[in-house]
Amino acid sequence: MAKMHVATTINGEPEEFLCEPHDSMLDLLRGALGLTGAKEGCGTGDCGACSIMLDGRLVCSCLMLAPEAEGRKIDTIEGMAQGETLHPLQQKFLEMAALQCGICTPGVLMASRALLERNPDPTETEVRFWLAGNLCRCTGYDKIVRAVLETAAEMRGAA
Amino acid sequence: MTEIRYIAPSSLEEAIGAYAAAAGAARILAGGTDLLVQMRAGVVSPGTIIDIKKIAEATGIEETPEGGFRLGAAVSGAALAEHPRFGQAWPGVLEAVNLIGSTQVQGRASPGGNLCNGSPAGDSVPAMVAAGAVVTLQGPNGRRTMPVEAFPAGPGRTNLAPGEILVSFTLPPRPKGSSDAYLRMIPRTEMDIAVVGVGVNLTLENGTVTAARVGLGAVAPTVLLVEAAAKALIGSKLEEAALEAAAEACRAACKPIDDKRGTIVYRTKVAGVLLKRTVAIAAERAGRN
Repeated sequence: MAKMHVATTINGEPEEFLCEPHDSMLDLLRGALGLTGAKEGCGTGDCGACSIMLDGRLVCSCLMLAPEAEGRKIDTIEGMAQGETLHPLQQKFLEMAALQCGICTPGVLMASRALLERNPDPTETEVRFWLAGNLCRCTGYDKIVRAVLETAAEMRGAA
Repeated sequence: MTEIRYIAPSSLEEAIGAYAAAAGAARILAGGTDLLVQMRAGVVSPGTIIDIKKIAEATGIEETPEGGFRLGAAVSGAALAEHPRFGQAWPGVLEAVNLIGSTQVQGRASPGGNLCNGSPAGDSVPAMVAAGAVVTLQGPNGRRTMPVEAFPAGPGRTNLAPGEILVSFTLPPRPKGSSDAYLRMIPRTEMDIAVVGVGVNLTLENGTVTAARVGLGAVAPTVLLVEAAAKALIGSKLEEAALEAAAEACRAACKPIDDKRGTIVYRTKVAGVLLKRTVAIAAERAGRN
């Protein structure tokens, strides 16, 4: 069967690609598009390592078909830093060592940014519930949660 | 994987035409949080995937002229949560929809998908049953409606006729003093499948229940409307005797399975406990409306 042609926007730039109808968005990002920040952990929407933003909403790219990207706006971890300037969450994760092996980190950062955009002053409970779909096999949850709360406080202070 | 075709029609007529033409070899794609997992596991291998999210009627949230709501079948949990008025009118339906999966799953998963998946444990279904939601279906022979409780036919099965698509849910207008709630029992605090789920919808006038509906999930092959529980509540001021009678009606309606998540005895007992807790929340909310 002929491949499908898809025109979309990724990290603010127009992008076109060819895909099989059953390809997942994650397959396309990591394959043809060379954006390997999103990771495949489970492939069933449980682990959150493949988290991206689709039209401003957090989704698992493993549970999205690549042709669904047609006409939509996608944001990935690759668009989070502005050039050499890290996003405050990225900076704080480094400072507070809120990661171990790093596989879950791109997904955790995407999810955390989505939270702070909606709720600049979350409670610890709200952070934990929001991030419940991001699994960390290194069990680094405490440092992650603390780094998100700390970033939120700093961003509020800076605003 | 065999060859698959993906289409995203912008009209319902086009979707229904393609669905009928595929003669059972097509699957409808809403949020995909069940379908894509099933495809990956090899449980289903559709020849055609019909994405209904470009159809306005399937993705809209509308307030009806009568004062109710019409929800497109493919509305995501996140979109429903962001609506400025839906959660005030139907907090129980909203909390039930929002309990399905993680933040990421909420970005895509829909009440229509939850219903069509046919799980007796689908969280949104008991709340929709309690709400008195009516579903609109459309197929090659036209449009029809049915009460949501008539839709499931058994685990993984529905009463959709061949070629029919679930289009929307219609929720009735809200009289003053009305509200709803949904509670489920799960062994952990988040991201799990209900062992028992209870939806309660109440209307109170000066503390007396004038209307009630109770939906019960995960304790029978399909989600149940427990009319006997509603009857026990209507006319009462939610005294202990009325609550116990409604709880007993829920326990009596249970026909659960024994599995690793819960035994028959446990699920039956919890159904009664949850009924009382859910009524308390719905009544407290109704008192404020």
